[in-house]
Amino acid sequence: MGFKEKILTKSIYVFHLSSGSCNNCDIEILDCLTPRFDLERFGIVLVGSIKHADVLLCTGSANRLTIPRIKKLYEQMPKPAFVIAYGACGSSRGLFKDSYNTGEPLDEIIPVDAYIPGCPPKPEATIGALVKLIGKIRAKKGK
Amino acid sequence: MKIAEQLFLFLVFPGLLFSATMGLFVGWIDRKLTARLQWRAGPPWYQNFVDFIKLALYKETLVPHGAPKIIFLGMPIVGLAAATLVSTLVLVSNVKPHSGFIGDLIVVVYLLLIPPLSLIIGAFSSGNSFASLGASREMKLMLSYELPFILALAVPIMKSGSAIRLGEIILYQQSNGTLIASFSGAISFFAMLLCVQAKLGFIPFDIPEAETEIIAGPYIEYSGKALAILKLTKSILMFVVPILLVTLYFGGLAFSAAGIVKTILSYLFILILMIVIKNTNPRVRIDQALRFFWTVITLLAVISVIFAYLGY
Ligand code: SF4
Repeated sequence: MGFKEKILTKSIYVFHLSSGSCNNCDIEILDCLTPRFDLERFGIVLVGSIKHADVLLCTGSANRLTIPRIKKLYEQMPKPAFVIAYGACGSSRGLFKDSYNTGEPLDEIIPVDAYIPGCPPKPEATIGALVKLIGKIRAKKGK
Repeated sequence: MKIAEQLFLFLVFPGLLFSATMGLFVGWIDRKLTARLQWRAGPPWYQNFVDFIKLALYKETLVPHGAPKIIFLGMPIVGLAAATLVSTLVLVSNVKPHSGFIGDLIVVVYLLLIPPLSLIIGAFSSGNSFASLGASREMKLMLSYELPFILALAVPIMKSGSAIRLGEIILYQQSNGTLIASFSGAISFFAMLLCVQAKLGFIPFDIPEAETEIIAGPYIEYSGKALAILKLTKSILMFVVPILLVTLYFGGLAFSAAGIVKTILSYLFILILMIVIKNTNPRVRIDQALRFFWTVITLLAVISVIFAYLGY
């Protein structure tokens, strides 16, 4: 693990994108910032602008309206950037799989680095996925 | 020789390097105290340094399509240079009260205007509608706080014998006691504190960057190195503006054993007061801010000037 990986994993700015979720996942993300879990102690903050972000946290099953926007947002992110699919919907379209307007799952639209299963995932699961993502970034050094 | 010395003053101590380090550290005090006030644990002390290094070294710097590159990327540097110059001027005046020139306080006031101005120009050049909205709000906010700020500033100047020099104000307070202890000084300090709150973009007056409504306002299109510079500028201002207040109202920085404790205590008093105001107030609308500054605060500043004139 080099200096760069260490810096990248100690300061993570998260941009939260709701691509047609039922809004439950979005509330669960905010839970991670409350006093009980407080992700800011690991340097993780939510940012409002995609240009500031390191991680795109995508909730909801991508539908026809949001798929072009997801692509656009991913292209606008300053690299190195990572993507997390949040919830059952983000990971595999969940219960909206057969809906008339649901398109491909998220990982066929943009490259996804980590998945968080659950409907909605517990904050512990979110933290677990972030730990996995951090491990993944740190292991990248060799390649 | 002279040039080398001045370059050292500007770039290392007490200029860029020193005030940047202190600014990032003060930024951590802000984040930590905010977290504690919200019953959270808060980030570790090196968090702002890590954020800065990440943005400055490892992130891509994007320029929006159609934005003039030189203006968009140059303006943050102009703002940083102005903020650094403010901290150099204020700190050098504190170390050597006799060294300043006549009118350096006016220069400081003008230099303090440059960071928000450069941010406005940079934001307008990005072509983003949220950025222009934020920039126009920033402009209105500047118009509202600048009048009471300068009026309140008149009190230390009048008290110290109308020499518009930072060193003169420090020397006056060394022989006659701090200005905050006088009646007019206390009122003008209060008015000044709220103006400074708006100058630093702290919460009751963070209308330009209102994260929940216009995302990050003027900052929205900035990324990578440009964003790092903007954050650094903000940190430096957060470090140096309380020092300016200490200089104007608490007798300046003292370097004797007892003086250092008093300096640090008064500095922390101002800083913590600002952070607590920030954490206990909701954001106001731009018209409310304008009305507040042009009526209540301007009135307070005028009253303090009158009392200073009468000698209280
Ligand atoms: S995963 Fe469950 S909670 Fe989350 S958006 Fe989908 S349906 Fe809602």
